[in-house]
Amino acid sequence: MKTHQYLRAAAALALSTLLLAGCEAPPPESVQLGYRGVGQEQVANPKTLAATVAANQVPAAQPAVPAGGPKAADVYENVQVLGDLSVGEFTRLMVAMTEWVSPEEGCNYCHVDEGFQYDTKYTKRVARVMTVMTQNANVAWGDHVGGAGVTCYTCHRGKNIPANVWATDPGQPHAPGVMTAGQNIASVTAAYSSLPNDPLTPYFDGDEEEARNLPWRVAGDTALPTGNRSSVKQTEWIYSLMMHMSDSLGVNCTYCHNTRAFYDWEQSSPARVKAWHGIRMVRDMNNNYVNETADWLPEHRKGPMGDPLKVNCATCHQGAYKPLLGANMVQDYPNLARYTLASKSEPVETEAEADSDEAVDEASDLQDTVEEIIEEEMTTGE
Amino acid sequence: MIEYQNIFTQVQAEAPDYPGVPIGKDEEHRMGGPIHSWLAGKLGDAQIGPIYLGPSGFLAFICGFIAFEIIGLNMMASVNWDPIEFMRQLPWLALEPPPPEYGLSIPPLHDGGWWLMAGFFLTAAILLWWWRTFTISRNLGMSNYLAWAFAAAIWLYLVLGFIRPILMGSWSEAVPFGIFPHLDWTAAFSMRYGNLFYNPFHMLSIVFLYGSAILFAMHGATILAVSRYGGDREIDQVTDIGTAGERSMLYWRWCMGFNASMESIHRWAWWFAVLTVITGGIGILLTGTVVENWYLWGVKHGIAPAYPAIDAVPVVDPMMEANP
Repeated sequence: MKTHQYLRAAAALALSTLLLAGCEAPPPESVQLGYRGVGQEQVANPKTLAATVAANQVPAAQPAVPAGGPKAADVYENVQVLGDLSVGEFTRLMVAMTEWVSPEEGCNYCHVDEGFQYDTKYTKRVARVMTVMTQNANVAWGDHVGGAGVTCYTCHRGKNIPANVWATDPGQPHAPGVMTAGQNIASVTAAYSSLPNDPLTPYFDGDEEEARNLPWRVAGDTALPTGNRSSVKQTEWIYSLMMHMSDSLGVNCTYCHNTRAFYDWEQSSPARVKAWHGIRMVRDMNNNYVNETADWLPEHRKGPMGDPLKVNCATCHQGAYKPLLGANMVQDYPNLARYTLASKSEPVETEAEADSDEAVDEASDLQDTVEEIIEEEMTTGE
Repeated sequence: MIEYQNIFTQVQAEAPDYPGVPIGKDEEHRMGGPIHSWLAGKLGDAQIGPIYLGPSGFLAFICGFIAFEIIGLNMMASVNWDPIEFMRQLPWLALEPPPPEYGLSIPPLHDGGWWLMAGFFLTAAILLWWWRTFTISRNLGMSNYLAWAFAAAIWLYLVLGFIRPILMGSWSEAVPFGIFPHLDWTAAFSMRYGNLFYNPFHMLSIVFLYGSAILFAMHGATILAVSRYGGDREIDQVTDIGTAGERSMLYWRWCMGFNASMESIHRWAWWFAVLTVITGGIGILLTGTVVENWYLWGVKHGIAPAYPAIDAVPVVDPMMEANP
């Protein structure tokens, strides 16, 4: 061969290698999860698995304290949620929380120098809501969190705000005279598909009654038509949510589903039932805990539409099929796995709450627009 | 030594301008060129033009341009006329059909009306172009294999965007105009109707699609392999078979026992290509109109096995559990 032919061959080889640059190096490993031959399996690559394991190490538990002693509520002032704990357990949990949520800022991330009892900082009031939310997840949502349970660390991992939180997505700015159908832009939530770009607002933020009317079980479950009018557009909404779940857990569709029979629970893996409860748990967390903070949360902890930063699957899972790969942290902090709330008294007010009403109104207008899009695109036309 | 090969031509076949055969009064519609391109000569004929435009070609171009503009400007509007976002997000952008609530009525422009209009002009452009393929072959004294093959593809296009939506009673059932959005639509369509892979017409369509590709490769390779014996003069070989035809037929007979003839291989290829879209169109047409879930339909008719539940951990629908 002549030199230019060699050069051409080398260029072709380099180009074709470049095309493979986005691929994972083999070999992947797969674990069978369902009946043989139906492809229900979880695919993992040992190389990326090592990184996942490294990212999901748990911190050592705080040293145990002697049992007994006076209650925190009797010793300290204004202990509204954890007053039932012994002083020793209470202090131990506070130290753990600091390590989990504000290792750099320390106690002063929530507390003020004047005294631990003051609710001056909004972060302290958030911490209270989040503590009850965590307890509620462990007590009421065992069907999802199982024995491993959740602690603050499950989501926070040493950060003030968990790495994966969300707020209602106002979508791509578009000309006023065009409907975007809530889709067809590059959506991180929908795993870079062009599916509806914010499935989280309808599925993870509406109340239970609204949620029931959303498109969930769109797939036909009979051979011949029997009146299922779910449209392809509705299918795209639940599909988008499923992309978020798949992306959050680092799993394929087949982790839960027998993809030849989406309609059938019996052919699904047990993980599907866990996920079903998980969806409801996330909605409970957002509606009954996170959204409670909306009135007094500062603007920089809210999304562009003025709603608080909320929980989705990725908040806990962070790319792992089980958060922290199933490590049980809650066994070291049993007080996070029971209700300790004494009474739902109003928090102590120390500062006037200055709110810009205009900003709130504007945001709620935008919110209405998003809701209109969602409602319109999700209807069956009947 | 320089040798002439007939697909990846290594020799430039130089010839003077050739306007084509006389076609009477329609001749005025033949316009442009001819020019000669060295690059075009590497791949095929070095002469480019003249092109036969004609009234149908002109109108097809105008209608196609209108559809292209409607789609493009709607995409541009959906990123607030931002040219950078338009380029960045182009594969994600789309012109979406109307929401389901409009059924088959004519929606307002901003809410699917543009989609309907783009569909109308695109369909007009395609049908006019089809008429052009028909008239050009008639002008050249050819029969109409090309026009009917194109018509088969138009059938699939019309089923997806027109016939099936009408049978389902809603424009929203149609495919969006967009690169990723039409692929997402396809995946969602399959999930909604219980996995399209169990649709026998989808199966046939795939057979013919992949079959077309392999037939094309087999035929091209065979003819190239015997072109040193004059095999590229295929029509000569049909009527008066020579050693090229003999060798190529013997090759496949020895390889797999059966061989097509010099003529029939072209019918094989034509029918495979045409049946890809005909069967595909039937498969889409039946989905949702008369079949709800193709997997269950397959189980009912013995195409697919009914897989057993996972014994070890019986999985029960939690909603059934809550309200049995």
